[in-house]
Amino acid sequence: MMQYIPYNIPFIAVALLVGIALFIIIFKRNLIKIVMGIAILEAGVNLFLVTLGYRAGGVAPIYTMTPEGAMVLPVPQALTLTSIVIGVSVIALMLTMVMHTYRHMGDIDARKSRLLKG
Amino acid sequence: MEYLTVHSPILIVAVPLLAAFVTPLISRMGNKVRDTFNVTLFGFTMFLVAILAIDIYTGGTRVYTLGAAVPELAIPENYMVPVRIMFQVDGISIFMGLTTTIVMLAALVYSLQFLKNETGQDRFYSLLMLLYVGMIGLEFTGDMFNLFVFLEILSIAGASLASYRTNLADAVEGGFKYIVISAVSALLVLFAIGILYGQYNLLSIAALANAMQFNTLDMIALAMLAIAFVMKLAGVPLHMWAPDTYAVAPAGITPMIYTSSAASMYALYRVTFTLYGGHFDTTAIGWVVIILGVLSMFIGVMMAIHQTDIKRLMAYHAISQSGYMLLGVGVGLAVLTDPVALASYGRDAMNGGIFHIINNALYKGMLFLTAEAIFFRIGTRDLNRMGGLGHNMKWTTIFFIIGALAISGIPPFNGFASKLLIYESVFRFNPLLSIIAMFVSLVTLASFTKVFYSAFTGPEMPAYKEVREVPRSMLIGMGIMAACIIFFSIFPGLVVDTIVAPATEALIDQASYINGVMGVAP
Amino acid sequence: MLSKIVRTISNQLILFVLVFGLYIIMHGHVTPGGGFQGGAVIASGVVMMIVAFGSGEIKKSLRESHLSVIESGGALIFIGMAFAGMGTVFFYNFLVGTPVFGGIPPTGPNPGHVWTGGVIPIMNFGVGLKVIAGLSAIVLAMALFSSGEEMEE
Repeated sequence: MMQYIPYNIPFIAVALLVGIALFIIIFKRNLIKIVMGIAILEAGVNLFLVTLGYRAGGVAPIYTMTPEGAMVLPVPQALTLTSIVIGVSVIALMLTMVMHTYRHMGDIDARKSRLLKG
Repeated sequence: MEYLTVHSPILIVAVPLLAAFVTPLISRMGNKVRDTFNVTLFGFTMFLVAILAIDIYTGGTRVYTLGAAVPELAIPENYMVPVRIMFQVDGISIFMGLTTTIVMLAALVYSLQFLKNETGQDRFYSLLMLLYVGMIGLEFTGDMFNLFVFLEILSIAGASLASYRTNLADAVEGGFKYIVISAVSALLVLFAIGILYGQYNLLSIAALANAMQFNTLDMIALAMLAIAFVMKLAGVPLHMWAPDTYAVAPAGITPMIYTSSAASMYALYRVTFTLYGGHFDTTAIGWVVIILGVLSMFIGVMMAIHQTDIKRLMAYHAISQSGYMLLGVGVGLAVLTDPVALASYGRDAMNGGIFHIINNALYKGMLFLTAEAIFFRIGTRDLNRMGGLGHNMKWTTIFFIIGALAISGIPPFNGFASKLLIYESVFRFNPLLSIIAMFVSLVTLASFTKVFYSAFTGPEMPAYKEVREVPRSMLIGMGIMAACIIFFSIFPGLVVDTIVAPATEALIDQASYINGVMGVAP
Repeated sequence: MLSKIVRTISNQLILFVLVFGLYIIMHGHVTPGGGFQGGAVIASGVVMMIVAFGSGEIKKSLRESHLSVIESGGALIFIGMAFAGMGTVFFYNFLVGTPVFGGIPPTGPNPGHVWTGGVIPIMNFGVGLKVIAGLSAIVLAMALFSSGEEMEE
């Protein structure tokens, strides 16, 4: 069991990141902190995707001047790149909405700046 | 024509995308050029959807592979599994495509005159086309990761459009809630796709369905996918964003965001029926879907009774009507492995649930458009301040009456046809569920009677004496939906046999979906 | 606006940032990189200029209409290349074997050939243009919004 720990450290990190992020999104009230929680969640899921492609003893999947041997899988890296791009757009959109809310209500506490209730 | 039919799955996605990219350049030449450009390209897309629908209903599933030598070549030479991005269109995909296209047509025509005095109009039309591309891509795709990408496209476009009126504080709040929920649910979908890819090294839905072994990791992935899609379609434990977002979205955007929730429901069905369908006993999953449906129906309509904001009230009714769809298809999922029950009432339940999707998109969309028409003229959504609008806004009142009668399930409208299918088949499955459904329908009628009474009847209020009818393009937008409702009401049998029954067949029959891709191995 | 030292060094460094970003974009099919990565590098160079000079100065050079044209142009290059292969299939790589970007790279370790890849380098360029214009517009609009002004037409 102990010899599997070094290979599993990235997965433990993913579980920690996702757990912390879900805690932040559900329980924190400041809107900027909610946006940060979504950024951390996204980082955790991207780390999970890249770690899936690892093959023991593999090198980077590039043909230019590369040593011989097995390569790690390149497809999860393409999926992660798409996810990072989508994440940038979503964070930019959320930050813009927070800025508009601050300009209207003067406060970014999620309980004090709510207008739609019931 | 043959060329257009073969290439239509990708052209339906690519032509509105081209319109979305070119609109900022074309709008420098003036507003009229931009409007005609968008309407023309969307008309071409509608024509392509029509010929693809005729081809699917006569021919069967159609596969389109991007970047291959021939469009139908799903598996390249010397490979055993599909490796390219694929679009796979079968009966239920084209059914959802038809729904989306009709709602988009009404929303586009409605928005032409709604936005006359707003700024940033070219971005509105760009984002509207991107929202359409996201929905159609979600419905036509045959690849799990493509599903995630189109889900994110439609979330971002929908949230930007929902908070379009940035001068109002509550619009930005509604959009913010929508994007937070959509981002969390899409990241859960990506996590589940990662789990499935790590096990099987495959991303296409047909190949995954072929190789699925259903061990513990697959059950975790199914649970995450189900939670993510229920979050997105505003099913009851996770429905808090829906009333806020539906209430503040402008012009024809609320029907489009509502139809994107229906597209998430389609994605839920695609994952449970096709990806996980043939391997295990689906009774437990079916019962979970049924319980979600009953909760949505009941809580949706109970929360709707005491609302005073007209669009918020309609949003709670939209949540409750989604419960009907989940109930109908959930009964079908629960009896999927039991051939006797499936033949006697399972298919009818699924027919009812799926027919309810298009009915609901039509009459709920029209009710949202009438509420926006009222807001356009008098500037408020509060029912306590409205009254006597029926004297001046005659066409809006007629459309509202049609929509309210259809949603309550009054014969002869199409709401009655789909609800009757659901009542009869669910009664044979479990009588209690059917009685709850009928009770919810009664309370819906009561709630809409209250809205009609307070908004449209009564003496004419002095503040609203100069209120005239809404502009013509908005009336045409609502009229398109009313015409479809009346057509579906007069010929429900024809609609069920032509459009709904192939969709049910496509969901139940998992093997033909897999053969559409894997059967073309060299 | 920051001090004179920062402004002078930013003026010198922006050239290196531009060259490095374009290198990442154009070699995207041989080495790690591509459209989005190179575009993000150049956009961070623009952010450096905004921080050094203040958004009021940069507002006069980067107008909204120019950025919008560059963005739409990049998107049209991308989807135009995709439609140009419609003779066979959408997104078909029709430039393989032709003199324009059409070499066949050898398999196995090699020192990397730029003049290969078909349609991919042109699409990288289109995506790079779009990302530069898009991210610069986002950051400039946010910087101006918080100080109460609007972008110039």
